[in-house]
Amino acid sequence: MDVTIDQEGCVAAGQCVLAAPDVFDQRDEDGVAILLQPPPADQYDATREAALLCPARAIHLSE
Amino acid sequence: MTNQMPRKGRKAVGREEHIVIVGASAAGSTIAQTLRREGFAGALTVIGDEPHLPYDRPPLSKQGLLGTWPPDRTRFGASTAYAEQGIDLKLDARADRLDLDARQVYLATGEEVGYDRLVIATGVQPIQPFQQERVHVLRTLDDAVALRESLLQASAVVVIGAGFLGSETAAAARQLGCDVTLVDVAQAPMARQLGAEVGWMVADLHAANGVRMVGGTAVRAVHAGAVELADGSQLKADVVLVAVGSKPATAWLEGSGLPLGDGVLCDEAPEEVRAVGDVARWTSRRFGLSLRLEHRTNATEQAVWTARDLLAASKEPFDSIPYFWTDQYDAKIQVYGVIPPDARLVITQGSPAARRFVAQYRSGGRVTAVLGWNMPRETRRERASLTEI
Repeated sequence: MDVTIDQEGCVAAGQCVLAAPDVFDQRDEDGVAILLQPPPADQYDATREAALLCPARAIHLSE
Repeated sequence: MTNQMPRKGRKAVGREEHIVIVGASAAGSTIAQTLRREGFAGALTVIGDEPHLPYDRPPLSKQGLLGTWPPDRTRFGASTAYAEQGIDLKLDARADRLDLDARQVYLATGEEVGYDRLVIATGVQPIQPFQQERVHVLRTLDDAVALRESLLQASAVVVIGAGFLGSETAAAARQLGCDVTLVDVAQAPMARQLGAEVGWMVADLHAANGVRMVGGTAVRAVHAGAVELADGSQLKADVVLVAVGSKPATAWLEGSGLPLGDGVLCDEAPEEVRAVGDVARWTSRRFGLSLRLEHRTNATEQAVWTARDLLAASKEPFDSIPYFWTDQYDAKIQVYGVIPPDARLVITQGSPAARRFVAQYRSGGRVTAVLGWNMPRETRRERASLTEI
């Protein structure tokens, strides 16, 4: 699974971190989402949920 | 959540059924796409009253007015995505009437659309008491394009209403070089949404950026080139934005027998009819309140929950933690939870003077909301301090 974050579109809501805390975090200064690691197989569902719940639809997955 | 009463009489959607979604914005497009992604193979129709492909609204009052994003950047996915997913997207088609017994939606185009399950996602409409030329509202993409064009030619701008939309538009207009006055019956901007204390901080933010706030006054009338206040004084205005709130877009449902009351009353609707997003009102067990939220994240969360409930009859009711944000100048203000009018504000991290802080709203011995000002990461972490009931 490839994860791309549109950091310019990100609104720093943190929904991705709430959904998949092992895959996403937020930058300290502005809260913009960052990828901690490419999701391992056991994080696929959580990562899909994060992409689904993002209010800016800024997370793009290719599987 | 402690309350897990089983929900009565819910039956999962059948594979031969036709789901019709009225409304093609965030909630409507999300529920359609979630239904498909999670395996619904029956017929799926989405009806939208705008000519545009589904798009996102929060950027309209920010990047849209500033012109930093072209209008089509707010679009949800490619134009081909709906056909590829087997979603029949009917645009420029307003729903005029609903017949609950016949299970039919009647469109302004004369078309009739029958359903097995109906999802109402028609959102809200701006309240516009001053309908005339050069007086704008801001809800749609076309509204944003028209307002931006006017702002680019304007010198004096008056924004009536200092809630989310009014405050964000005042900031954008100022950044476009306009001379901006913000008028509200409240003393400070966003005071109704965030309480007086944070409202004064928002007032300081606007003052520091050169926006004049005229608080504590109603508007009596809008004339060509001027806004007249309740005391008879006049403010020069080349362009006026009215942002005094919205009302649920339920006119087409009146007389249908569907329970309405400042929105569609989800708890009392028949099983085959759901409502999601800004138009939906339901009882939140978490907060013990009847809620109707005009928040972007609620549209997505409620749409995803409802799609799953249609597919597999959830045992637990929808009960997410509300979240909203606003961007004005360099300030990002975020709130998790609900702010009751009597809530007390307690700063827990950072400081308002430094324009970086996190605060809790406390009411009745509970933490009901967490607010952050330019501290997104810490604010999201402090969400865990909200009191569970």
